[in-house]
Amino acid sequence: MADLSVDLCGVTFKNPIIPASGVFGYGREYEEFYPLSALGGIATKGTTGSLRTGNLAPRIAETPAGMLNSVGLQNPGIDAFIERELPDLLTKDTVILANIAGSTPEECAEVAAKLDRTDVHMIELNISCPNVKQGGAAFGTSCIMAEQVTASVRKATTKPLVVKLSPNVTSITDIAKAVEAAGADAVSLINTLLGMRIDIRSRRPVLHNNVGGLSGPAIFPVAVRMVWQVANAVQIPVIGMGGVSSGEDAIELMMAGASAVQVGMACFTDPYAPVKIIREMDEFLNTNHIASVRDIIGTVQPW
Amino acid sequence: MTNYTQGVYPISEKQAIAQDTYSFTLYCPAVAENAKPGQFVHILPKGYGLRRPISIAGIDKEKGMLRLVFAVRGKGTESLAGLNKGDFMDMIAPLGHGFTLFPEAEHVVLVGGGIGVPPMLPLAAYYGSKATVISGFRSFPQVILQEDLAQYCAKTICCTEDGSAGTVKGFVTAPLSDLLREGVNAVYACGPQAMLKAVARACIESGTYCEVSLEERMACGIGACLGCACRTKDADGNEKYLHVCKNGPVFRAEEVQW
Ligand SMILES: Cc1cc2nc3c(=O)[nH]c(=O)nc-3n(C[C@H](O)[C@H](O)[C@H](O)COP(=O)(O)OP(=O)(O)OC[C@H]3O[C@@H](n4cnc5c(N)ncnc54)[C@H](O)[C@@H]3O)c2cc1C
Ligand SMILES: Cc1cc2nc3c(=O)[nH]c(=O)nc-3n(C[C@H](O)[C@H](O)[C@H](O)COP(=O)(O)O)c2cc1C
Ligand code: FES
Repeated sequence: MADLSVDLCGVTFKNPIIPASGVFGYGREYEEFYPLSALGGIATKGTTGSLRTGNLAPRIAETPAGMLNSVGLQNPGIDAFIERELPDLLTKDTVILANIAGSTPEECAEVAAKLDRTDVHMIELNISCPNVKQGGAAFGTSCIMAEQVTASVRKATTKPLVVKLSPNVTSITDIAKAVEAAGADAVSLINTLLGMRIDIRSRRPVLHNNVGGLSGPAIFPVAVRMVWQVANAVQIPVIGMGGVSSGEDAIELMMAGASAVQVGMACFTDPYAPVKIIREMDEFLNTNHIASVRDIIGTVQPW
Repeated sequence: MTNYTQGVYPISEKQAIAQDTYSFTLYCPAVAENAKPGQFVHILPKGYGLRRPISIAGIDKEKGMLRLVFAVRGKGTESLAGLNKGDFMDMIAPLGHGFTLFPEAEHVVLVGGGIGVPPMLPLAAYYGSKATVISGFRSFPQVILQEDLAQYCAKTICCTEDGSAGTVKGFVTAPLSDLLREGVNAVYACGPQAMLKAVARACIESGTYCEVSLEERMACGIGACLGCACRTKDADGNEKYLHVCKNGPVFRAEEVQW
């Protein structure tokens, strides 16, 4: 048995694997398969200031080695999350990252302030959400907006703050540096890449929202590249994700510079994916006589 | 709450029952033990990222068997249709909220449209001679499962749009209206959205209890990803998104925002 534990922003994870926000709900449905304590952590569904109903269906489209989704941040709102979901989650002996979003920096700060008064372990701020004030452009696509929203959430909480970056940008390293300067304790990446599919018989987009976020194995190489670039650009830790579906993928992302790894779409293909990945990482480390998973973080040797 | 599991189960029987339509029987005792009419299974075609939802078309608890009937619609179902006796299917099952069963009912009507007919089989098995089944198909080559249904039921009415098979030329709604006038305890329906809408309207107008089984594109299949949203309204008329995989696939007709 290799040592799989990692430390991030003063929080200890028993292993580096965390189901990604939006694919795992609040964990309840996956508890039918395995105890949640097997996981390093859980990133909960994105929560906003008040209830959101999300987009019209269809919200899901299959793509080669991936999928598009346009769920649209459907969630019951922060008060319901804190009251109905969080207390039970905190008894599961795993790190809880509360993923949050909002349409204004004030909304994000208000949500964070409410979480600050709970025992949640970490806050993951999703900055891919369109900023209504700025005419709908995502916070995550401009350094100034990313910095602003991070700074206002930073003021609202002393919890470890992870900022989740959008890959739909020209330079992800610039955004990463901006949120680091604004007080983020870590960054997580990548969120989904914007995509689209059309049913050529009906000439209608498959998704009712027309466009949606691409995830799954198809985006893995993009994730590896971006994690590597960001890990080399900032001092704070990086949580990597995007298309991870095996222990080897997770090891690869960690070698690129990730200190922990989130697993999204793979949970749909195989609900056991997170625990399978943990086992496969352990096997890789044992086979290669590596005592601790921490010893591989950022160890890629670029040409 | 359902008790679902993920597993890999052997195919014990395969049969082509119509053009591009197959019946598979799987040996999965633990799943069969828990399965209820109206529930579905979520099958992973090899090499694909998303699973395919397929309704349960037969439950044999004694033999530990589950029957599935599906049409080839795209690449995933094509790949599944290529499997044979002795091969394995990877599925999460049983899933969803099935039909409400009324042990005291005297007469129920089961309405199936096309590939919506298979989920009527377990209901036919449950209600036996108390059920009348109305099936609708486009044309003769699509007609399926009439003998299987007749084996259980008092009466089967087969409709085809072009009159090439069955006793009724046209849609299922005509014979349904006749039966509704006579009075029935409940109507269960599965099929294309337009058919379900017409069935739901007829039942609501006649004050007959009606449940419909809906389809939506799914990812997790267990209620975690919120991918399979369905617009519903509660008793006070407030709009609410429910999820086909967890709250459904079976809904009360008046719950759905058509
Ligand atoms: C609860 C439920 C029960 C079902 N029961 C049956 C059944 O008993 N027999 C049967 O033949 N079919 C059934 N269907 C429809 C069946 O799931 C689709 O025909 C199938 O998913 C198509 O997959 P494909 O790979 O062949 O098509 P593709 O078009 O290649 O599929 C691409 C993606 O779209 C999804 N998709 C495409 N059509 C549908 C659809 N109508 N509903 C949901 N997802 C879809 C697929 O699952 C896949 O993720 C059911 C659907 C649901 C939601
Ligand atoms: C159905 C679905 C819903 C998602 N919802 C959220 C969300 O609410 N908040 C968020 O930050 N990311 C959300 N994501 C993005 C994932 O957390 C993850 O960043 C992305 O899917 C890439 O990882 P993957 O390729 O392993 O799926 C969602 C992804 C999917 C597929
Ligand atoms: S498919 Fe994930 S919630 Fe229904």
